[in-house]
Amino acid sequence: MVPYTSFAYLGLSFLLLLPSIVAGLLGKRVRWYDFALTVAFVGIMFAGNREQLLFLIGYTVWQWLLIKGALAAAKKPGKTYLHYLLVGLSVAPLAAAKMMAVSNPLQTFAFLGISYLTFKCVQMIFEIRDGQIQEVSVWSFLSFLWFFPTLTSGPIDRYRRYRKDLQERLSPASYRLLLYEGIHHIFRGLLYKFLIGYLIKTYLLSLPLLKAATFYGICSYMYAYSFYLFFDFAGYSAFAVGFSCLLGIRTPDNFRYPFLSRNMKDFWNRWHITLSHWFRDFVYMRITMLLARRKLIKNRYAVSSAGYGALFILMGFWHGLELHYIVYGLYHAVLMIGYDGFERLNKRYKFWPGDRAAARAVSTLLTFHVACFGFLIFSGRLF
Amino acid sequence: MDPFREKALNIIADVCKTDEVIRNPDVPLFESGLLDSFGVVELLVLFESELQKKIPITDFDRETWNTPNRIVAELEGSR
Repeated sequence: MVPYTSFAYLGLSFLLLLPSIVAGLLGKRVRWYDFALTVAFVGIMFAGNREQLLFLIGYTVWQWLLIKGALAAAKKPGKTYLHYLLVGLSVAPLAAAKMMAVSNPLQTFAFLGISYLTFKCVQMIFEIRDGQIQEVSVWSFLSFLWFFPTLTSGPIDRYRRYRKDLQERLSPASYRLLLYEGIHHIFRGLLYKFLIGYLIKTYLLSLPLLKAATFYGICSYMYAYSFYLFFDFAGYSAFAVGFSCLLGIRTPDNFRYPFLSRNMKDFWNRWHITLSHWFRDFVYMRITMLLARRKLIKNRYAVSSAGYGALFILMGFWHGLELHYIVYGLYHAVLMIGYDGFERLNKRYKFWPGDRAAARAVSTLLTFHVACFGFLIFSGRLF
Repeated sequence: MDPFREKALNIIADVCKTDEVIRNPDVPLFESGLLDSFGVVELLVLFESELQKKIPITDFDRETWNTPNRIVAELEGSR
């Protein structure tokens, strides 16, 4: 069963979560039940797909060994190469699965959610090295990694944040607030994914006009697809955040009205937020930090551009090794570097009155179309 | 002013390229656009070389380290 795609799944989730909700309203937390739920949901998601389930288990054991290795390595600091070796080994299954998906789609060993689990594991290895995570029990690792509301497609939570929520004792009153928030999110998920997304897919994306290889046809497809992508994915994320809330976990939100962004930097703080923030913290900032600390490149703008280039090209590869994904990454790299340069120049010469209402409207409109064109590349419709 | 505080504020002013952060140490740095991810990297590099404070990147969360005053307080807390 793929999560959040059918009423049957939603109904079953709600039913199985009822004991947790009742306990929460009484100010209690039944951790063993919540953990059993996680295991049960892994079973439900991979039912009828034994091969994927075995890959998931093998993958989890592999990552657990790497985490153990990272914890041991952190006791003897200074071994930088060891840290990057561990990061490489942690990414290796995902990279191999992506490569096999291109060369031999039927023989790949990927499973639903592998990309998102990899973010969680790499992040833990980094934070163990930085000394922010000092110990990890196998239960909290499993409960974090397999946390079922977000298992297949995020949002990408952070281990320390998750653990804080897991250990917090919620009073009945504060649980009730969280419950309302969760229900609110679930209803938004229904509206976005099951209503708006479904309608766009059924009545717009299937129109013959949108399939025509004319300029007008491709343009119409571009806007319809962009809105479909948003409502489908934001709806999914709202479900994931909503069900997390019912379990007392405040999974971070993934979208904040991305089509109202004022510029591309703003856009990446509103679109697939947990993904872009992951790349910001673990790719962009690490690379710029390394370059700035060693003074490898003198020019600050060049340092920042190198960081953006690495971030978005890697993000493109993460989506898949197909050409359109890589071009999508390059497109955003160019946009970000360009915008960064514009921002720097404007700080000095102040030629663009960005705070005026009219200027705001123009930049919001422009950003919207530029973002939609990105989704058109992403869709694979062009090449 | 406490010399540690003065040094830290000067670093922040240097990175944000404005003395406003010294005049108004409660200005929200991210909302006002004075600081971005690259600025954070520069801050962390300077804190390490000038103040001998090594702050991991993921410790610098933007809600906590939001104003010059908060940054100085966090730095002092880790002294």
